[in-house]
Amino acid sequence: MAVTGRLLDELRQTLGPDLVHTGTIELGLYGRDASNITGSAGVVCFPTSREQVRVAIGAAVRHGVPFVARGAGTGLAGGATPVDDAMVIVLTKMNRVLSIDTVNRFAWVEPGVLNLDLTRLVTPHGLHFAPDPSSQQSCTIGGNVANNSGGPHCLADGVTSAHVLAVEVVLPDGDIVMLGSESGEVDGYDLRGAFVGSEGMCGIATRICVRLTQNPPAVRTMLFDYDTVDAGAQTVSAIIAAGMVPAALEMMDQLCVKAVEAYIHAGLPVDAAAVLLVEVAGLPHGLEHDVQRIVAIAKDHGCRTVRIAQDEAERALLWKGRKTAFGAIARIKPNYYLHDTVVPRRHLPDVLRQVYEIADRYGILVMNVFHAGDGNLHPLLVFDKREPGMMEKVHAAGDEIVRVSVAAGGVLSGEHGIGLEKRDLMPLMFAPADLAAQAALRAAFDTTGLANPTKVLPSPASCGDSHQIVEGAWI
Amino acid sequence: MDLTTFAAEVGRDSPVCVIGLSTRGGGVPEVRWVKAPSGIEWIQADEMTACCGAGTAVDELSDALRAVGQRTVLPDGGTVGGALATGHSGIRRLGDGPLRDVLLQAIYVAATGEVVKAGGPTVKNVSGFDVCRLLVGSLGTLGFLGEVIVRTRPLAQHSEWFAAEANDPGPVFAALYRPVSVLWDGSTVWALLEGHPDDVAEQASAAGLFGATGPPPMPGGARRLIAPSAIASLPESSRGAAFVAEVGIGVVHLAESAALPTSRSPMSSAHVQNRIKAQFDPTGRLNPGVVVG
Repeated sequence: MAVTGRLLDELRQTLGPDLVHTGTIELGLYGRDASNITGSAGVVCFPTSREQVRVAIGAAVRHGVPFVARGAGTGLAGGATPVDDAMVIVLTKMNRVLSIDTVNRFAWVEPGVLNLDLTRLVTPHGLHFAPDPSSQQSCTIGGNVANNSGGPHCLADGVTSAHVLAVEVVLPDGDIVMLGSESGEVDGYDLRGAFVGSEGMCGIATRICVRLTQNPPAVRTMLFDYDTVDAGAQTVSAIIAAGMVPAALEMMDQLCVKAVEAYIHAGLPVDAAAVLLVEVAGLPHGLEHDVQRIVAIAKDHGCRTVRIAQDEAERALLWKGRKTAFGAIARIKPNYYLHDTVVPRRHLPDVLRQVYEIADRYGILVMNVFHAGDGNLHPLLVFDKREPGMMEKVHAAGDEIVRVSVAAGGVLSGEHGIGLEKRDLMPLMFAPADLAAQAALRAAFDTTGLANPTKVLPSPASCGDSHQIVEGAWI
Repeated sequence: MDLTTFAAEVGRDSPVCVIGLSTRGGGVPEVRWVKAPSGIEWIQADEMTACCGAGTAVDELSDALRAVGQRTVLPDGGTVGGALATGHSGIRRLGDGPLRDVLLQAIYVAATGEVVKAGGPTVKNVSGFDVCRLLVGSLGTLGFLGEVIVRTRPLAQHSEWFAAEANDPGPVFAALYRPVSVLWDGSTVWALLEGHPDDVAEQASAAGLFGATGPPPMPGGARRLIAPSAIASLPESSRGAAFVAEVGIGVVHLAESAALPTSRSPMSSAHVQNRIKAQFDPTGRLNPGVVVG
């Protein structure tokens, strides 16, 4: 159903006119997220409380209008892109940190609190919020919950689900439920675990209890460079096989290193085929022991030079290189498409080789900057969309990259989610019965079918057709 | 692992229960039972993952992992499937994280008799809805685990229990960096520390801890969840019953099941729990009569 005048009147009356927007600019702004898939919003609401979220959902459901929860809109898979003139419920005004328990190390926050703001707030207590996606300065914790977000430091500490103890949720039928508990354990089915990562299709989180992690007493950051990508990737597997779980294990290939070095001038080795950024964190004796073992492993695998950050400034510079990689590529081509797949670590060299072959075949530049420790690939196709036929090539190359990742025993997404972008690729990983179980989970939460419909799960008709990508899914 | 035979045994209708080694309660009386396949399919040390039949003994998996310098975080005893279906984390939960995060992929037999896959083989994966989280702790009421891929951990370089007298576990808990376990019974605090031997010794010394032979025996009467902040007042609220609390978590092991009143959240999710069960097993044939939670 479309948004009607009656629905708008009802919303303005209950939420107040200031919190209900239908202007062209607002509808355009909130008609998409960071995925570049353009949708269409029918109305944009800005609730400031749980009760207002409930009111907005209730109005949408009564009028048969789909609703989409949205945080900062930094999602890359189209999860927060409204489809069919849906109601967009923006949670950014619910941005209070409600309480912090520094003794038991958890905090209650509203969904609109920015990821990095929470960490900054608890830094004086020697704590931080572990998930650190590249967008952490601007993404919301509610969005992290919806996408089960990751980040470079999730190798040792796990993704968002491992850091969410409890969630208060307004269900699509208007009921308010508390999933999980401050203890982090549950009696009954783990509905908290089912809700985290459900991409707004199970209800809207209005309060979140997140675990806070102790800051490590010491940190060492190392940079290794290699003549081949294979050697770097093999170092990653060898470190893990040796029984170490570094805080972060990130890799950049040559094209990426060149772009980043031209941007930040950190003295990165631009002639190397691959650069590995390894960070270990913890207590001092174990840390030094691990540093020595990791350096030895890196050298055994043909590492050319070892650079260990000597101070916090150098460490920050090395990380700046990693975290600004996407900004740096603007110097090469005006457009990029960022992929997100996971492969078993031992298949990293082989899959990376295939990624280069695919890009070569289509005549597209590809840069790789990724969470090597997790096997979480982020091939970045770099191109100029004004070139004739380029979009088709980017589309086809991306499709092949996802397929080789899954064929290597990998998965569709490590941290970006499925959303609209990969919805129709789900059959690559899941049989109809598997998808039916996921639909059953969703149906138990959303009895109305109006919470962000058309995302994640392919419609039964398209289950057998995994070639079909949502129109506009590629830049 | 071929689950065709297991699926055929589960069948498509009539009540059925699944049993392992019966260390965690066993099957449902007077209901036909099946056993999940057992055996380790593979261990990938450089992935920190292992794949096995759900009927595999936890001890067998632990032994095999130890040979490659790794371990499972599943509590000792019984079967892998039983540990996952029960879903109770062991006393190392503070350091290991919750048991529910261990299950990466499950291939299970659904109430329809179909073989269904949930999750994926990699440690990092956000592809679709997280049915694995529902299966852990579901006591076999949503599907019977057949083959699972679980996350493993490296064995620690050094592992040691410590203890000290303490009327309040707070100072010890605050002084330690990422302890694996902190337990408290009202008068003594125990801590399990792991890592480099010198770090372990320095941590213990700074927290005023002394060497201990191991954790205290866990009272077996009841396992209750409370807010972590309520642990300090357990000596009063447990009304004299012996307890051991997992500090920082809020799990309390009590000598008597009635000793601690349980509080129910006013925002109960019981109706969603019921809908989950109805969706996954509409006729209630899987482990009939078993109540989760």
